[in-house]
Amino acid sequence: MAETNGNYSGATGLRLKTGLAEMLKGGVIMDVMTTQQAVIAERAGAVAVMALERVPAMIRAEGGVARMANPALIREIIHAVSIPVMAKARIGHFAEAQILQQLGVDFIDESEVLTPADEAHHIDKHAFKTPFVCGARDLGEALRRIAEGAAMIRTKGEAGTGDVVHAVKHMRQIVKEMKALTVLSEQELYAAAKEHRAPYELVRMVAQNGKLPVPNFSAGGIATPADAALMMQLGAEAIFVGSGIFMKDGTTPLDVELNAQGAPRTPKEREEAESRANAIVIATTHCRDPKVLAEVSEKMTGAMKGLAVAALDERQLLQTRGW
Amino acid sequence: MSNLREDKKVIHSPRIGVLALQGDFAAHADALREAGAEPLLVRAPEALVLAGPESLDGLILPGGESTTFLKFLERDRLLGALASFVREKPVFGTCAGCILLAHKVTHPAQQSLDAMDIDVERNAYGRQIDSAVVEVETKLPGPPLEMVYIRAPRISRAGPAVEVLAERDGFPVLVRQGNRLASTFHPELSLDRRVHRLFVDIVAANVQQ
Repeated sequence: MAETNGNYSGATGLRLKTGLAEMLKGGVIMDVMTTQQAVIAERAGAVAVMALERVPAMIRAEGGVARMANPALIREIIHAVSIPVMAKARIGHFAEAQILQQLGVDFIDESEVLTPADEAHHIDKHAFKTPFVCGARDLGEALRRIAEGAAMIRTKGEAGTGDVVHAVKHMRQIVKEMKALTVLSEQELYAAAKEHRAPYELVRMVAQNGKLPVPNFSAGGIATPADAALMMQLGAEAIFVGSGIFMKDGTTPLDVELNAQGAPRTPKEREEAESRANAIVIATTHCRDPKVLAEVSEKMTGAMKGLAVAALDERQLLQTRGW
Repeated sequence: MSNLREDKKVIHSPRIGVLALQGDFAAHADALREAGAEPLLVRAPEALVLAGPESLDGLILPGGESTTFLKFLERDRLLGALASFVREKPVFGTCAGCILLAHKVTHPAQQSLDAMDIDVERNAYGRQIDSAVVEVETKLPGPPLEMVYIRAPRISRAGPAVEVLAERDGFPVLVRQGNRLASTFHPELSLDRRVHRLFVDIVAANVQQ
């Protein structure tokens, strides 16, 4: 019996990494800050949870340096659910990533939502056995991350806003650039690689297949079932929902915690979170069935109070982090 | 009506559904096409009718998250339709699909269809970091089979009616019970089509009867 899982960077290693991403397709990955939130996500049918200390909306509102979550919190969440657990490391912070791998996290998000730790280099993701997901705004950025070893790409959008406009912009951009490559001749691909600032071999692969060599998910401002359905119809293979499920507004989470008797402390708020989580999961699977979408949208109570991206200052944008 | 049946036998390749609630159903659809069958994505109970020209000849339960599958099965009244289907027609479950077919599920315990006499332990090999690609001898004709394991479950018990077609470290990984097939690995993620061909053969033989 030939065990070949020690190879992280070769074809086998990459297949194992993208293999897990394949299993997540058509699903919803939810940001959670407590074990109760993780349990609600799992019961609603989330395919994975992202363990965080603060969701993007809170990071945006509170400012300061945003770092990897406390390992104790990540461990608690890993024990609380049976579905895969993801966690974020700062861009370029390979030591945070080493810690996350050690904790047994199933996917590491090298994320622009946290404060970058390196202004020039992303993490060398080939050096890890744990798969990575990275954000991208265009095809070149996606292919540079894949060259570094990313096993999944997600559109960056503008995290923590509840405004889907930039998730749409980035998905349309990537899809448009991929389509454009498919009609180029072999000799034109060299110049295209230069324009995209991406490795020629990867550009050629996209030109041949019309899609990324790894799964392409969507994130950054998705807050309602309709948002999720929109992104899936635009070509996303799964959905990340950050602040949209457990936040009332930019600073206060819904109270979903249990009291000493094990009953919800604030039943109405827990129900609201559950109804949002349920609705977004159903909308993602049935994204092309308007009848189902209308039904679940009607059942959902409340939605995150959003922040229009157009009203944000350039310096407040998270998506411009990473290169 | 008998003519329709006749047509199906002679002209059409087997129509095999793939449960498409979530997971790698697209990879299974591709694998089925390569193995000579016509794949159809299943999202609603109506697709699982047992008779008529639109009925499916077999069904694949793909890999994905079994807790997510169950959520949809309860919610969309698919559970009843699926339970009837797997009693009547050939079915093949991989990874999460294998968990759904089990008699009993542990770690943690969850509902299943009890379509095969196997007990399955979820995430038994550990987390993603313990996922692996291995080559294993099987009872299928040909060389050892490449097997892709992703956060795989383990078949902890297989009853006497279950034929073990391959084992890894002493535990069954590919099993057959009549017209039902299950694997804890993902043949749809490899290029070798022997497992899908076996299932298409099972389905084709069942259609002829």
